[in-house]
This record gives sequence, structure tokens and C-alpha cells, in this order.
Amino acid sequence: MNVPLLSISWLLPTVGALIVLLIGNADGRHTTLIRWLTLIVSVATFGVTLAIWASFNPGSPEFQLVERHLWIPAFGIDYYIGVDGISLLLIVLTGFLTPVAVLSSWIGIERKVKEFCVFLLLLEAAMIGVFLSLDLFLFYVFWDAMLVPMYFLIGIWGYDQRIYAAIKFMLYTMAGSVLMLVAILGLAYLHNAATGTYSFDLLKLYTLDIAPRTQFWFFLAFAVAFAIKVPLFPFHTWLPDAHVQAPTAGSVILAGVLLKMGTYGFVRFAFPLFPLAAAYFAPWIAVLAVVGIIYGALVAMVQPDMKKLVAYSSVSHLGFVVLGICAMNVNGVQGAMYQMLAHGVSTGGLFLIVGMLSDRRHTRLISEFGGLKAVVPRLTAAFMIITLASIGLPGLNGFIGEFLIMLGAFRWDPRYVVGAGLGVILSAVYMLWMFQRVYYGKVTHPENARLPDLLPHEWSSVVPLCVVALLMGVFPNVFLKPTEPAVTRIVDRLQNTRTLRVDTEMQNAKFKIQTLRVNATTR
Amino acid sequence: MISPAFDAIVPMLSVTLAALACMAWEAFREPGERGPVGGLGIVGLIGAAVSAAVLWNGNTASFGVISGDNFGLFVTLVLVAVGILTIMFSSQVIDRDAIPAGEYYTLILFSLAGMIMMATASDLLVIFIALEVLSLAVYVLTGIRREDPRATEAAFKYFLLGAFSSAFFLYGIAFTFGLTGSTHLDRIGSYLAAQSLSDNPLILVALGLLLVGFAFKISAVPFHMWTPDAYEGAPAIVTGFMSTGVKAAAFAAFARVFLSSFEPFSADWAPIVWVIAAATMILGTVVGVAQTNLKRMLAYSSIAHGGYLLVGLVAANEVGKAAILFYLAAYAITNLAAFGVIALLGTRDHANDELRDYAGLWHSHPGLSALMTVCLLSLGGLPPTAGFIGKWYIFSAAVSAGYYGLAVIGVLTSVISVFFYLRVVVMMYMQEPGTEQPRIHVNVVSMTALTVAIAAIFYLGILPTQVLNLASQSIATIF
Repeated sequence: MNVPLLSISWLLPTVGALIVLLIGNADGRHTTLIRWLTLIVSVATFGVTLAIWASFNPGSPEFQLVERHLWIPAFGIDYYIGVDGISLLLIVLTGFLTPVAVLSSWIGIERKVKEFCVFLLLLEAAMIGVFLSLDLFLFYVFWDAMLVPMYFLIGIWGYDQRIYAAIKFMLYTMAGSVLMLVAILGLAYLHNAATGTYSFDLLKLYTLDIAPRTQFWFFLAFAVAFAIKVPLFPFHTWLPDAHVQAPTAGSVILAGVLLKMGTYGFVRFAFPLFPLAAAYFAPWIAVLAVVGIIYGALVAMVQPDMKKLVAYSSVSHLGFVVLGICAMNVNGVQGAMYQMLAHGVSTGGLFLIVGMLSDRRHTRLISEFGGLKAVVPRLTAAFMIITLASIGLPGLNGFIGEFLIMLGAFRWDPRYVVGAGLGVILSAVYMLWMFQRVYYGKVTHPENARLPDLLPHEWSSVVPLCVVALLMGVFPNVFLKPTEPAVTRIVDRLQNTRTLRVDTEMQNAKFKIQTLRVNATTR
Repeated sequence: MISPAFDAIVPMLSVTLAALACMAWEAFREPGERGPVGGLGIVGLIGAAVSAAVLWNGNTASFGVISGDNFGLFVTLVLVAVGILTIMFSSQVIDRDAIPAGEYYTLILFSLAGMIMMATASDLLVIFIALEVLSLAVYVLTGIRREDPRATEAAFKYFLLGAFSSAFFLYGIAFTFGLTGSTHLDRIGSYLAAQSLSDNPLILVALGLLLVGFAFKISAVPFHMWTPDAYEGAPAIVTGFMSTGVKAAAFAAFARVFLSSFEPFSADWAPIVWVIAAATMILGTVVGVAQTNLKRMLAYSSIAHGGYLLVGLVAANEVGKAAILFYLAAYAITNLAAFGVIALLGTRDHANDELRDYAGLWHSHPGLSALMTVCLLSLGGLPPTAGFIGKWYIFSAAVSAGYYGLAVIGVLTSVISVFFYLRVVVMMYMQEPGTEQPRIHVNVVSMTALTVAIAAIFYLGILPTQVLNLASQSIATIF
């Protein structure tokens, strides 16, 4: 029997959210029940995503476990979902990080627990939906629907500047995505012009032959939406606000999954839909990515606030991912895929532990800490592992991705690697410097002397992260293999048009030289 | 049904009879007696809905001036929904505000009859009569709280400007009649298609005057000046009623006149409507940002929504025409539900319609806040709500007609509009309650109305296919 695993993976958290919503909790009586129920639902969802991985055939580049039902037939809109190597692991990542987020809020969130859990589960459902969608309309629905729970998570349970951060997050992201909406409608219209029927089917739209000028504009519309989400320098200004003000669970999800939607969008939509424009814009985007790598690292270095430091480090790390995608070869794109996963795990972990510290001390300023190693040795060890993973120490998850990206970028244009390499060094500087100031030395503040070490629910969220970071570093093939066929296919598609473009340019150039010669001789 | 010649007026008749019954009850009631007047109205409206459903695909016509085509019937059904929801919300509100029930429901029903007439009329003069029937009732409803100076001022402003616009409209009819020798839409259309009048400047005068008349009623820029004042002054539920019902009826007539009779001159009017649509969307949202009164803010928002509807009119293709109908349905239900919540939250002495009155509402009224949030998200066009599908449909009409510029203006203004819708959400969810809020008990009828409206918003947002199909069937018959 065919179990619709993919539908279950996003419907399960949705249904879970509705059930939690129906539990009466006005007086806070059922808070524990709600927490456990949410945890169970999110763990079960993780189980479903693992089941998807288990039934996935890693040798095929095709979309698998596809489900397709008519939805709005008049416009060729289908409920059309499937996974390939590119989306598979991102779905698993989402399933993995949500229980971590639930656990991170086990004690930190005391007010309005029910609503918090509802929004968290709805967010998970929408995120999984984004990665599953093969219909652009469905994709856009999930993409926009995702904003609402995140907005509430930041705005209600965030820190002091939460309202400003929440609105900024919402408006920034929406401003980008509505232009993409116009481009999506334009694509459906082009499909209608070419074949006589409207369609939002991604695979059909891939085959459209779009004029270069149109590609140029549509690509820009898509790219801005994704660049804001990534965020690519200079579209990143919403990120420090949102990350810093969000509650820990929100930050974990934001950094761990939401940012990947931007890079996923580049790989899945913007580049393969508009290959000509992608080839044209790739060098420019890569320049922005490298600027982001260095800029993010430099700004992170001078942050007095740990959470802000981690937030800016995301700008830097995501710059690597974008650079890998722009390289448009198998190494680069695979490295980007890997780095997306690695960043999700390690930055999710960083936010988690910073959140633990700030729950204990109600401050996130580096200068308020110092010498914690003696006080909370286990927490320190966990932070150390995650920090090293984030820097890209061989043997941990960050290394593989960055290495592959640099390899890919080098094969494309070595100049970018110079800047990116600088970013690697800087990331070691700011992370280790922060680590040193927080954990080494003497205990400078007496109130730090009695901080409790890891609590049971914290163990349960930290250990899986550290284990996965190690696994990803030691057995990279487990995570690389499934992506390979799909990445190869997209890269082939991109490279074909790129050579096509180079060919036509060459011909144009030859033609120009010939005409010049002819002119010269006639003169 | 009765006789073929009468069929098309049955929905209108049913509502009118209910109005007369209400009036009779008001005249003969004992002093202080409270009766089921609202129920009478709902019976009349259900009668209208049933007859509209029976007439569907019938393409009937009465007296040559009322046509029961699917387009008119679709709008009739939307208007019936607006009427039923309004009456259900009113059940709580009018008792609280001591509004005389008989008068109030009579006026609501008469204006609904006028609206239905306007949506189904196929003659310019009948459209004018319908316009007057509905407008007069709405003027009175605006000022029904006589002791409130704001309401009186609003009613007076609305009346003066409305009368003005009626004059424009009538003048436009006169010019059209002078040029084509008829006031019947079909005959005007066939005359304009057959004769070459493109070098006759009078046709432009006629077009312009009719356009002004309609633009007033749908509060398009620059004829929107009356809207914020009238919407702010009227009781919240009346505002909800007129911002949806009047707009739906006026838009139906607007589309019918401009997309069928004056279709041959679309090259002349489309650029003008393009500019009006853009200006309406931009002004409605930008000025909406600056408002601190919720009713006034939603007034500007409804101006902006008029702009989105105009986009569908400019696109003027199959998708655009159906998009107008779907958007009308989505907008009407959403906006009315939002005003319903505002109305329910008021007290007799305090309208509670300032933005700051909503601070921390979540803590005292979690249910109402959640429902209000759904309405606001739908107005802002976020999935999975009716407003999203409506906007998506409108903009796909614009894109498929090649109006990328208008689509881009539309989506960008809808982001701006999200900003001020979110301000309400911020107030409700993210601010602490200022003063102790009175606990408001919502009666069963109003709660049912709200629940149904919210269910409809999600239904239209998640499974829009059926209504979309109805909308495309509706335009197939006349355009």
C-alpha cells in the first residue's frame, strides 16, 4: 500500500497544532500536557521525515514519493508534492530541529504556552510544505503562510525590541515575495501563451523557452525574494533584529531552517527556471556573497552581544552557500547543500546554548560572562563542539561543506576563493575569541558562580545536535550521496545554457571582428 | 417560477416584501415591544437566495430592464450573504445602542433591495433608480444614531456628496441617451459597436460623467473624500454593511456598463481607469498607514480594495471579469466580519474603535482577537485565506492582460497595507492591556455569524475551485 508519507509529514504538525489549540488552557492547568503533546507530535514528524529518507532511492535524480491531486483545475494548479535529493535532507533537518526548538522552550517560555506550541507546529508544517511543493502556487502559499507564525513567535515571545523586529521581518520578507508572485503569475501566463493552458507545475515550467529579456526580469523578482530570505548582503538588515529579538526556539528555527529557504529557492527555482539570466547574474551574486562572507564576519567580531554575534555569523556562512550555488558545478552546489545542513545544525546549536545562558543570566552580553568553564563544564564542552563545528574544523560538519564550496568556486573562478578563504579565518577569530571571553579566565561576575549546568531537557536537545555534528563530519557520504543525482541534473542544465551563451557570445565576437575587418578593407 | 416575465425580479421582490413586513410590524407594534424583525429580514433574504439559485443559468429577464443572468445572480448571492451577516451582527448591536429595530432593519432591507436591483439592472435609468434607493437608505442608516454629532455630520457629508455624484451620473445618462437614442445597455452597446463615434467628443463626455458617478460610489481616488468621514461616523456595523454591500452593487453595475456597453471604447477609458486604479491603491494604503482610528483605517483599506477591483476592470479579460466577482465575494465576507468584531467590541458609551482600545485584547478576549486576526490577514492577502486567492486572481488577470506595472503597484501596496493591518495585530497580541477592559459577552447569533464568516474565509482560501467556477460561469453569459 502506498502511504502518502509526504502529505503526512506536513499534515501531522498541522493536525497536532489544531489539537493543541482545542485544549483549554486559560488557567495554565494543562501546560505540561501541551508541552508533551507538542514534543510528541514534533518527534513523530521527525520520524516521518526519516521514513521519507528511508524510502528514498538515492540513485535517482527524479522527484520521488510524488503525490498529485487536482486543486484549482481552471488554472492548472495542483496539489503537487515530491522530494528529490535537494529537498530531502532539508525536510529531515526541519523535522530534526523542531523538537530541539520545542525542548529549548521547555522552561524558557512560561507565558501563553499553548499558543506558542500552536505557532511552532504550524511553522513546521509550512516549512516542510515549502520544501515539498512542486507547484509554484502551492509553494507560494506555504512560503507566505510561514511568515505568520514566525511573526507571532518573534512578536509575542521575543525580547525588548520584539515588535519592531517582528514587523521588520514580516515586511521585508513580504516585500520580496510579492514581486516573486508577479513573476510566478507571469510564468503561468507564458505557459498559457506557449501551450494554451495555465500551469504552475514546476517541471513543465522548467521546459519553457523564455526570452532572455523576460528571464532577466523574472530572475530578478525571484532572486530578490530569495536574497532577502538568505539573507544576502545588502538585504540582510532584518536578520540581526529578528534573530536577536526572537525567543530561543524562534532563533533556532530561523537560523536552522528559514534561511535555507532562500538558498533552496535559488537552487530549485531561480537558477534552473531562468538559466540564461542565472549565468548572467551569477558573478554579481557571487560578489555579493563574498562581500557578505567578509562583512558578516567582521561585524560579528565586534559584537558585544553573543546572540548578535551568532546572527552575523549566519550572514557570513550563508554567503558560502550562495557562492557555492553561483559556481554552478557539482562540487559547488553539493557543497552548498551540505553547508546548508551543517549550518542548520551548528548555528541552531549555537543559538540554543546562547539561549540557555541568557535564560540563566537574563543577559547576552559577552562582558557579563567569563570563566564559565569551571562553573558549567558540560555546557562548555557542548558549546566547544558546536563552536568548532561552526568554524569548520575537519572531522566536524562545517568542514566538508566549506571545502566543497571552495573547491567548486575555485574551479569556476579562483578570485572568489581568496575572499571566501579570508572569511574562514575570520570565523575562527570571532568564534574562538567569543569562546575565550565567555568560558576561560576567572569568574569575573559573582552571580555567574552558581549557574546550574545542563538540565535534563537541555541534555536532550544538546546531545543530538553534537552527535549529528560529529556524524556529518565523519560520514559525509551518508548526507552527500542522496543529493548527488539531483544536483548533477540541475548543474547539467545550467552548464548547458552557460556554454550555449558562451558560444553565442563567441559567435557575436567573431562576427564583430569580421565586420570590422570588412570595414577596414573597404576603407 | 411565477410567470417568465416576473422571474428575474423575484429575489429583489422577496427582499422588498421582507422590508415592507418589517415596516408594518414597526407601525403596529405595542410601545416597548420587541419582536423578531431581524428574523423576518433573514427569511426574506433566504427567499432571495433560494430564488437566485433556482434562476441560475436561466438567463431570465423582466420588463426588459432587469436581467436575471448569472452575473447579476452571483452578485445577488454575495449581497444576500452581506445582508444576512449584517442582520445577525446587528442582533446584539442595535439593542445595546438602542437603535429602533423596525426602522433599522427596514432600511437595511430596502437598501439591499436597491443593491440587488442595481446588480441586475440592464438599463441605465433603472441603475440610477436602484442607486437612489440604496443610497437614500444608507444615508439614513449612517446617521441613525441621532444623538451622536459625528454620525450626523457623516450622514450629511455622505448625502451631499452622494447627491452630487448622482447628478453627475444622471448627466452622463443624458449624454449617452442623446448620442445613442437609448438607455438600455444592450442597445447602447450594439449602437456604439455599429456606429463610428470615435471622433465625437460627446461620447467621451458621457463616459467621463458615468465614470465619475461610479467612482464616487466605489470611493475611487479622487472621489473618495467622503469615505473616511462617513465610515468613521456611522455605527460600525453599518459601516461594514455599506463598505461591502454598496461597493459590490456599484461594482457590478460599473462592470456591466463599462465592460459590455462601452466595451468598444475601452481604448479610451482603460488608461483613465488604469490611473484611477493605481492612485486608489496607493492613496488607500499610504494614508491608511497614518490612521489611529480603526474604522478610519479600514475605511482607507476599503478604498484600496476598490483599487484592486479596478485592476480587474482594467484587465478586462475573462480572468479579470471573474476575478472581480470572486474578489467581491472574498472582500465582502472578510470586511464585514472585521467590522462585525469592531461593532461587537463597542459599548453603548464607548465605541472602542481607536487603535489603542485594542491593546492587549488577546488577554481579555482571545476568541475575538483570533477571529479579527484572520480577517486582517485575509484583508492583507496572506494565504490560506480568501483574500489571498482574491488578490492572486486579480493580479493574474493584470499579468495575463500585460499590465505588469499595475500588478507590481498592486502587490507593493498590499505589502504596505499589511503593515497597518499588522498594527492592529500588534496591539491585540503584543501590547499589554492599558485599562481594565469590560468583559463583552457575544450572543449566540453574532457568534454564529462570525464563525460562519471565518469558515467561509478559510473555505474560499483553501478550496476556492467551486466559487471560482461559479464566477467564470457568471461572466460567460453576458460579456
